[in-house]
Amino acid sequence: MSAPPRTPILQLIDVRKTYATGHLEVEALAGVSLDVSEGDYVAVMGPSGSGKSTLMHILGCLDSPTSGLYRLAGTDVSTMSEAELAEVRNRRIGFVFQQFNLLPSLAAWRNVELPLIYAGIPRAQRRKLAFASLERVGLADRVEHRPGELSGGQQQRVAVARALVTDPALILADEPTGNLDSRSTEDVLALLSELHDAGRTIVLITHEAEVAAAAARTVRIRDGLVDTGELTGRAVSSG
Amino acid sequence: MLETFRTAGEAIRSHRMRSILTMLGILIGIAAVILTVGLGKGAQQQVRDEINKLGSNLLIVSPGSTTTSGIRGGRGSASTLTMSDAVTLSNAAVAPDIKQVAPVASSSLSVVAGNTNWTTNVVGTTVDWLTVRARNVAQGRFITQDDVDQGRQVMVIGSTVSSELFGQRSPVGQTVTVSGNTFSIIGVLDTIGSSTTADEDDQAVIPQTSYASRISTSANRSSITTMYIEATSQSSLSAAYQEATNALTTSHGVTATNRDFSISSQQSLLTTATSTDQTLTVLLAGVAGISLLVGGLGVMNIMLVSVTERIREIGLRKALGATPSAIRRQFLVEASSLGLSGGILGLTLGIVGAVVLPHFLSQPVLISPFAAAGAVAVALVIGIVAGVYPASRAARLAPIDALRSE
Ligand SMILES: Nc1ncnc2c1ncn2[C@@H]1O[C@H](COP(=O)(O)OP(=O)(O)OP(=O)(O)O)[C@@H](O)[C@H]1O
Ligand SMILES: [Mg+2]
Repeated sequence: MSAPPRTPILQLIDVRKTYATGHLEVEALAGVSLDVSEGDYVAVMGPSGSGKSTLMHILGCLDSPTSGLYRLAGTDVSTMSEAELAEVRNRRIGFVFQQFNLLPSLAAWRNVELPLIYAGIPRAQRRKLAFASLERVGLADRVEHRPGELSGGQQQRVAVARALVTDPALILADEPTGNLDSRSTEDVLALLSELHDAGRTIVLITHEAEVAAAAARTVRIRDGLVDTGELTGRAVSSG
Repeated sequence: MLETFRTAGEAIRSHRMRSILTMLGILIGIAAVILTVGLGKGAQQQVRDEINKLGSNLLIVSPGSTTTSGIRGGRGSASTLTMSDAVTLSNAAVAPDIKQVAPVASSSLSVVAGNTNWTTNVVGTTVDWLTVRARNVAQGRFITQDDVDQGRQVMVIGSTVSSELFGQRSPVGQTVTVSGNTFSIIGVLDTIGSSTTADEDDQAVIPQTSYASRISTSANRSSITTMYIEATSQSSLSAAYQEATNALTTSHGVTATNRDFSISSQQSLLTTATSTDQTLTVLLAGVAGISLLVGGLGVMNIMLVSVTERIREIGLRKALGATPSAIRRQFLVEASSLGLSGGILGLTLGIVGAVVLPHFLSQPVLISPFAAAGAVAVALVIGIVAGVYPASRAARLAPIDALRSE
């Protein structure tokens, strides 16, 4: 898996994110620099509260850094208009939230089709794509269930199906297997490997070594900083 | 665009309770405005009708207290007004602005039909009474000049007298006795209800000449109790007033300081009515304004709460690729469909109420299209602004901030 270095599709340069809650300031990211090249498969690990989700939100254009530079496919994200950002989120990124963020009033397939609505895809085709995506995560028999009628693991898989439904070039997943048993975890990992092989770029957060092992490399985060001693996932698992 | 409508429709359906509450707020606000304004307008109309009942362009001449006439209006005492006064005022040369004069002599007497009797106001007058008092005949005919000239013992009765004496039977052609004199009933007056002064349906009208010769107990049999004067037009009312005052002052040989008559005009009533009208209008505007304000605040509240609840949804939709304008469009369609359906239901309820309410209140309810349109417009605007403004603010947040909002 030692592909020649390609143009970084994601490039973070000294990114900081400070949260101000009342008079208390929390520096969630304290100067992160990171390159992810096209077709890369990166696992992000780190203790709870180390800033992993914060990093992921910035990568997904859901939040903006307090300072530093974020280039997405060479473009400085801070110069993008709202409409451009909406298009990037819609067409290029598939995001799996740590808290799923499903709309409780909509059936599983209606949640999955949401990104397709904003992509302007006709209804019949949306339905077909959403059903196919749910089938890929093993929920073909749960398409009409609402999130409240699904288990935590099933909800998580709906969230994964929604991230994959637009077939995005970049998949950002915040603990996509956090609620899954080993069987479902394997299924999701197989799915991600398949996408990786098809040339998609994947960044996922995990606490589990075996999940990180599936990735091409692992980035460790501690107290808002990238641990300098970078190790590749394969090296860890084989070592 | 179709998609926006579908999404909005779904949001409305999936939050049924909230949608119903929003519509209810709009509905009640609009119905309240329509009904309060309608009730007020009805009352206003009632006051106006009441005044018109008295006859148009009307002056009323009453015998005044004089140093010689003793107790005014007392039975047996001579009134200061006589038939000759009516003749004087009928003269176009003397009073060009007076169109008609209806002299009236009246007293409360028992009218007997078979073994039933009813005490009513027996009125002796001339043919012009009908037009001067703005009345009509519902059955039969009114007294004619010939009846007056011949002093015929004929009588036209009001509807109350008719039902008291004859029940459901037709009174025309029947005979009654008053103070031992037989009168044939020739007609029945239309029903107009009570005026501000008396029950206008409880009276019996006979020719003035018959009254003078058969009924009157006055020392001077040609004395009368009141004269109704109709001016040629509303604008000539004060000229007619002046002419009547001058003519009677001269013919009675009195001066401005010891007049033995008084003339009241509708003017005083009209002034009262106009000021009542104005008070009502101000009151109405106030009540309608408050209803609208309360309704509007209700709608605003529910909309604000509903949008605040849904900031997370807005954040998620943005995270999945919705542009701020797509969000705004969705909430605009939602708020306006809620507002429109609430508005239509409110209008319907208001109109139904306006039709049904009078049956229970004996109060007319007049729908004011202006108030109805205003109420709908205000509710819609408030609903839409309150629905779209917070949504479009939330749509400007970073998706993650919206997603994290409580
Ligand atoms: N909206 C916020 N306001 C204030 N502080 C925040 C906010 N979001 C995160 N933080 C703080 O920033 C730090 C990093 O949070 P983050 O969610 O990125 O952690 P994480 O690495 O994803 O943790 P976990 O593994 O538990 O999900 C934490 O200390 C957290 O308290
Ligand atoms: Mg996290």
